Amino acid sequence: MNDVHEAVTRAHHDEWARVVAALTRRFGDLDRAEEAAAEAFATAVERWPADGVPPNPGAWLTTTATRKAIDRIRREDKRDDKHKEALMAHDDSPPEPLGAIDDDRLRLIFTCCHPALGTEARVALTLRMVGGLTVPEIARAFLVQESAMGQRITRAKAKIKATRIPYRVPAAEDLPARVSGVLAVLFLVFNEGYLATGPDTDPVRPGLTAEAIRLTRLIRALLPDDGEVAGLLALMLLTEARRTARVSTRGELIALDEQDRGSWDEVMIAEGHQLVRERLATGVAPGRYQVLAAINAVHTSARDARDTDWSQVLALYDQLVRLDASPIVALNRAIAVAELDGPEVALAAVDHLADKLTDYHAYHATRAALLRRVGRSQESRAAYDRAIELAGNTGEIAYLTRRRDQLG
Amino acid sequence: MQYLVSVIDDKGTPGSTDRQPAISAFNDRLIAEGYWVFAGGLADTDAATVVDNRGEQPVFSDGPFVESKEYLAGVWVWEAPDLDVALKLAAEASKACDRKIEVRPFQ
Repeated sequence: MNDVHEAVTRAHHDEWARVVAALTRRFGDLDRAEEAAAEAFATAVERWPADGVPPNPGAWLTTTATRKAIDRIRREDKRDDKHKEALMAHDDSPPEPLGAIDDDRLRLIFTCCHPALGTEARVALTLRMVGGLTVPEIARAFLVQESAMGQRITRAKAKIKATRIPYRVPAAEDLPARVSGVLAVLFLVFNEGYLATGPDTDPVRPGLTAEAIRLTRLIRALLPDDGEVAGLLALMLLTEARRTARVSTRGELIALDEQDRGSWDEVMIAEGHQLVRERLATGVAPGRYQVLAAINAVHTSARDARDTDWSQVLALYDQLVRLDASPIVALNRAIAVAELDGPEVALAAVDHLADKLTDYHAYHATRAALLRRVGRSQESRAAYDRAIELAGNTGEIAYLTRRRDQLG
Repeated sequence: MQYLVSVIDDKGTPGSTDRQPAISAFNDRLIAEGYWVFAGGLADTDAATVVDNRGEQPVFSDGPFVESKEYLAGVWVWEAPDLDVALKLAAEASKACDRKIEVRPFQ
């Protein structure tokens, strides 16, 4: 009985996106595909305990879902023929030679992350249609009312239908921009799990980080030659590896230099390092995620915080600045500068960013730490106060409060 | 599928006034490639009249139905197979007009 339960859970994990993607392609309708897929999984829960788990659960689920969808169409057909007009535009040509092993799931991902949809809608739709999370699960993860989250997803599906967002892998010339849109959605999901916001929430939500990693792995399997996909996966793994070391038993965030490095997940670190090495070996100029992954690889290579190769970190930040001239990158670069050239030099660089980052908690937190190091306690305290005011993460607030109170 | 493509201008920061040659060239292409259904530039919003005959007598009032900094400067109707095609054309249209473009499908 437990084995069957496990088999259904595993099938849901492994096959949900495939079933939804195949049905969307066949019926040209996300709603219908989602509904039929859910029905097929419900049928599996009912039938597998008695009939046994089928030898190929994915095929069984797709066949069952297809049958459910056809049944429903027949019932609706008797009422009207309207649904036939509402089919999505889709392209029946064979998969383009992208090295893609499963074109339908890629189509599904690109549709859910279409640039014509709002960011929140993209995130919700991707978690529902590709990730297979339920609406209540997604609502909980983003601290949104269930009805509001349901509406967000319904509206997104309606826009896809009404505007004819195509069910298609973008043309080669559009692919890099569209892939980067997909990665942005996954990174957002990951970050929300990694640094959860909201006053009544745990500082870390491992469900979301795990889901983001799972979906990024899926995209990596579908687009194995894309360097930025590999980079994002490496970045997520090297970040996730430090998750348990990052929060104290009292729910306070622990800074990188204070973490117990022995409790980092070595398997994830090894995989992340391997991905970074693979990308370096290609000799292709890295994108933003690859450079971020490389920075994290340097940090996770040091067994002790004091062994960190800061000149390597700074060189990578210099590379990152050329790709992404945002003030947030400049802020993070300043942290490396502080280690190499001292806090005064770093502080000057940080103060330069005042106009652009005045509402960003990390700006004030970084400044507070630098001011403390140069002995300007009073200003440091004021900066901590401002950072605490702006921070949304409960663990981070606890950390900043402790640091402030240590100023004496 | 047909899309209404609206050209949006801004009274605060209007687009440049020398766009006609670029727009004409773009229109020729829309026609040649089979996307063109209709196009028209609009007179200033000052020229608008709103008519309301939902009551007993028709009421005519001067000016646009909504006063705003941003306003509709012209429209196209395009026939395109899907939104990706329409958005690609709209990106070119925005360059040609030097103005923002809204793409909205007909029902």
